[in-house]
Amino acid sequence: MPPASSMQHASETPIELAAVLGGTQSTQRSVDLKLLTGVAVLIVAVVLPFVLHTFFIFQMTMVLIYAIAIIGLNLLTGFNGQFSLGHAAFYAIGAYTAAIMMDKGDISYVWTLPVSAAICFVFGFLFGLPALRLEGIYLALATFALSIATPQILKFSLFEHWTGGVQGLVITKPDPPAGLPLTQDQWLYFFTLIVTFLLFAVAQNLIRTRTGRAMMAIRDNPLAARSMGINTPLYKALTFGVSALYTGVAGALGAIVLQFVAPDSFTISLSVALVVGLVVGGVGWLPGAFFGAAFILFVPNVAEHFSKGLSGATYGLMLVVLMLVMPGGCAGLLRLLRTLRNAASSANNG
Amino acid sequence: MELFAQQLTAGIATGAIYACVALALVMIYQAIGHINFAQGEMAMFSTFLAWQFMQWGAPYWVALSAAVVVSFAGGVLIDRTIFKPVRNAQMLTQIVMFVGLLAMLNSLAGFIWDFTSKPFPTPFGADPLFSSGLISTHQLAMILITFGLLLLLFGFFRYTRVGLAMQSAAENPASARLVGIRVEWMIALGWGMAAAIGAIAGVLIAPIVFLEPNMMLGILLYGFAAAVLGGLSSPPGAVLGGFAVGIIENLSGTYIPVVGGELKLTIALAIIIVVLVIKPSGLLGSRHVQRV
Repeated sequence: MPPASSMQHASETPIELAAVLGGTQSTQRSVDLKLLTGVAVLIVAVVLPFVLHTFFIFQMTMVLIYAIAIIGLNLLTGFNGQFSLGHAAFYAIGAYTAAIMMDKGDISYVWTLPVSAAICFVFGFLFGLPALRLEGIYLALATFALSIATPQILKFSLFEHWTGGVQGLVITKPDPPAGLPLTQDQWLYFFTLIVTFLLFAVAQNLIRTRTGRAMMAIRDNPLAARSMGINTPLYKALTFGVSALYTGVAGALGAIVLQFVAPDSFTISLSVALVVGLVVGGVGWLPGAFFGAAFILFVPNVAEHFSKGLSGATYGLMLVVLMLVMPGGCAGLLRLLRTLRNAASSANNG
Repeated sequence: MELFAQQLTAGIATGAIYACVALALVMIYQAIGHINFAQGEMAMFSTFLAWQFMQWGAPYWVALSAAVVVSFAGGVLIDRTIFKPVRNAQMLTQIVMFVGLLAMLNSLAGFIWDFTSKPFPTPFGADPLFSSGLISTHQLAMILITFGLLLLLFGFFRYTRVGLAMQSAAENPASARLVGIRVEWMIALGWGMAAAIGAIAGVLIAPIVFLEPNMMLGILLYGFAAAVLGGLSSPPGAVLGGFAVGIIENLSGTYIPVVGGELKLTIALAIIIVVLVIKPSGLLGSRHVQRV
């Protein structure tokens, strides 16, 4: 392979995005910068709930929850090249698992997360197995169908004893651990923050390991990946499972925070919203999930000020415009800024 | 036995609608190799247009024709403005564009005409055709119109210059361009025709499901199932798949007690997954072999 073309290709793939964003001039400086940014974000995240109004704390918690789901979708789409319009289904499974455990089993909310994670991983893996044979567009079709069928399955009368049918389930809001001087909302925020931080760190590390490289190799060239000895079907199904796991944990947290699950919260609109968040944040750039999550939470609210029900039009218009003008989302914008700055500094030096 | 016959004919009648939607899907799939996730919303929008024309006092057939013409123009316009610039972009981009279009049309229809269900008239009457009550005149009209549409398309692709040009543009764009076919306009034409077929399907189904912005979501899913079952690359397959899915839906709804009326959409999901796993090319579709 000629080195020039391989270099060019590498700079275009999302793998190198982090490096590009972090700075190309000196690795040391870029590490410092990234560390600094991380610490600053963390400080803001910790201080925020003490200065904000209760409703905004709730909204920030929801941003974190959507971000977890979008990270999950990004692992699947951005790093493994599989597309899903069906993640509302996994979000629903996570949410219902948590709600049923807390409502019927009287189990602490903390334990609902690992159980939701495990169940969603299994479901995702099992759905991923037949999906292996489905390339691109067919996978989108199958997941789209899954998304549309989900509310109906949740309303199914045989499960009604567990799921509460059309009415859904109401669960109680957990109290902060004894001795902590926090309100319920503040505690849920911190709880979600810790989970988000852990899951984000795991995802960041996952994509840097052998497994992550195998995932990306499958995305970039399935045939080459297979001929290098990567077990393509296994990796694809596993990635689907992990992706569903993330989305399921987000669903469980969402149920705990909203204290309510009902079939009509998990329609195709939720799947679309997650895809919107993914695209807005940038496909293949994990921190983008937070931008995407903030977008899907706040922008529809703004749109609904003008007219009820216009949020869909806003989503749609943003998606189309974004794809036409800036296909890279926030990641693309940052990359563009970085390139411009580099160009400016090199012009100054020269 | 009478129940069986009744469910069978009802299945064929709704199958006609799925066949129309599947035909529209296949038209676009043939033209650009992608599945139009917004097909249902496009059909819904066209149906609202027809309804609006009637509200303004147009007679049924005038309103229908006007809706078909406007939809055709709308389809061409959507292709030229939204999809032409991303023609060579990767798959994700294209799917996201379709999803964006879906969301836009859905909430725009809700914004203009609100989300309450509206009754939609039929010129054929909803009375049973025979005294046995096996099939209504509207249902029979649905079936006949679908077959008429299929014949029309068959004739168009087989015997007209434009039809042949469209086929060759879909099959081998590079060669088609060399013999002077304007491939881009053939694709736009495919979009326009798909939108027009969708309009007819929407107007035919609206008297049954009532008119509202989400009316096509379930029908689109069945249309997908029909197109996949028949083979995404085959218009006759789409029609065959449409009728098959209509019959499967009605019979399993009647005879499998657990499924009943509750899990009807899940049947479509099951059909799609089973077909894709067992025979991805569908009943009449052609197999694509990829060169290494």
